[in-house]
Amino acid sequence: MTGKVQRLGQAIAIAGVATLLGLLIWKVAFDNQQGAADKLAKGELVHAPAFSLDRLDRDGTLSLAALKGKPLVVNFWASWCGPCKDEAPVLQKTYERYRKQGLVVLGVDVKDFREDARRFMRRYGVTYPVVYDGKGSTIGRWGIQGYPETFFVDRTGKLVGERIAGAVDIERNREAFERGIALALGDQS
Amino acid sequence: MTRALALCALVAALLAAAATAASPADLESQLVCPVCGTTLDQSDAPIAQRMKRYIRQRLAAGASEKQIKAELVDQFGPAVLAEPPKSGFDLLAWLVPLGLLAAGAVGVGLIAWGWSRRRGGEGDDARVALDPELERRVDAELRRYDR
Repeated sequence: MTGKVQRLGQAIAIAGVATLLGLLIWKVAFDNQQGAADKLAKGELVHAPAFSLDRLDRDGTLSLAALKGKPLVVNFWASWCGPCKDEAPVLQKTYERYRKQGLVVLGVDVKDFREDARRFMRRYGVTYPVVYDGKGSTIGRWGIQGYPETFFVDRTGKLVGERIAGAVDIERNREAFERGIALALGDQS
Repeated sequence: MTRALALCALVAALLAAAATAASPADLESQLVCPVCGTTLDQSDAPIAQRMKRYIRQRLAAGASEKQIKAELVDQFGPAVLAEPPKSGFDLLAWLVPLGLLAAGAVGVGLIAWGWSRRRGGEGDDARVALDPELERRVDAELRRYDR
């Protein structure tokens, strides 16, 4: 009897250690999913990760699939983020300037209060579509590391150009911003 | 006399209300900053500061602790709660560790019981297997000491 109990205890202990080891191996080997931003930085062909979220600019939801065929500037922002305030007028101007060419600026408000986001939009005169992602469900798949971040999507749904971390159209990234828009519109020149 | 009783009842009611009302500090330790992942009382991130203001405003407006938590979960999702809710699937987060703890305690108990039985058994075996010559010598030595 005592031998059996001892063997049972040893089996339980070994099974416990083996399970923990298995979890560690799985985590290291398989749980290293990269966001779209990392793949884009490596030059890989990446499609814009899909989402369907509630709109803040009007009632209803908006999915990325509904914008298929349109060049996009996707901007992740929050009302509590300082640089987001600096770039809001730039994004609005970009939307107004390229709208006739089909370009859509799409704001994704992340980890924010809905009321704060709406107040921000009124204050900065934002008229482009904005969706609400309070839970941050898009962060991992897009590879968002801070706010704001901006991506460019061409008409086929692929990410093009480079991800802009921080406010757009400042001296540091003006060229990348303009090139991203051109690539999204399909202008390779 | 009636006035005194009414006053006592009022004071008791106020004390009871004060004891059960949530304080901002209580809520700040039970809610997590969605950006930095620490509890609100440990965070100075802009969104954490905004959430602290929201909690104070809602408490001042008479909202209950449960109500405020529900409103913040609606905005930021259940991850905003420092402790998972004790209902639905999240109940597993409470039950699984308790179950593992109980299983561990039973396992340790069984092993300890097995060891104690084996030790007890070894003692009995040792008494039975004592060499008669050795036993005679021990008895002789003991008698010598008794004198």
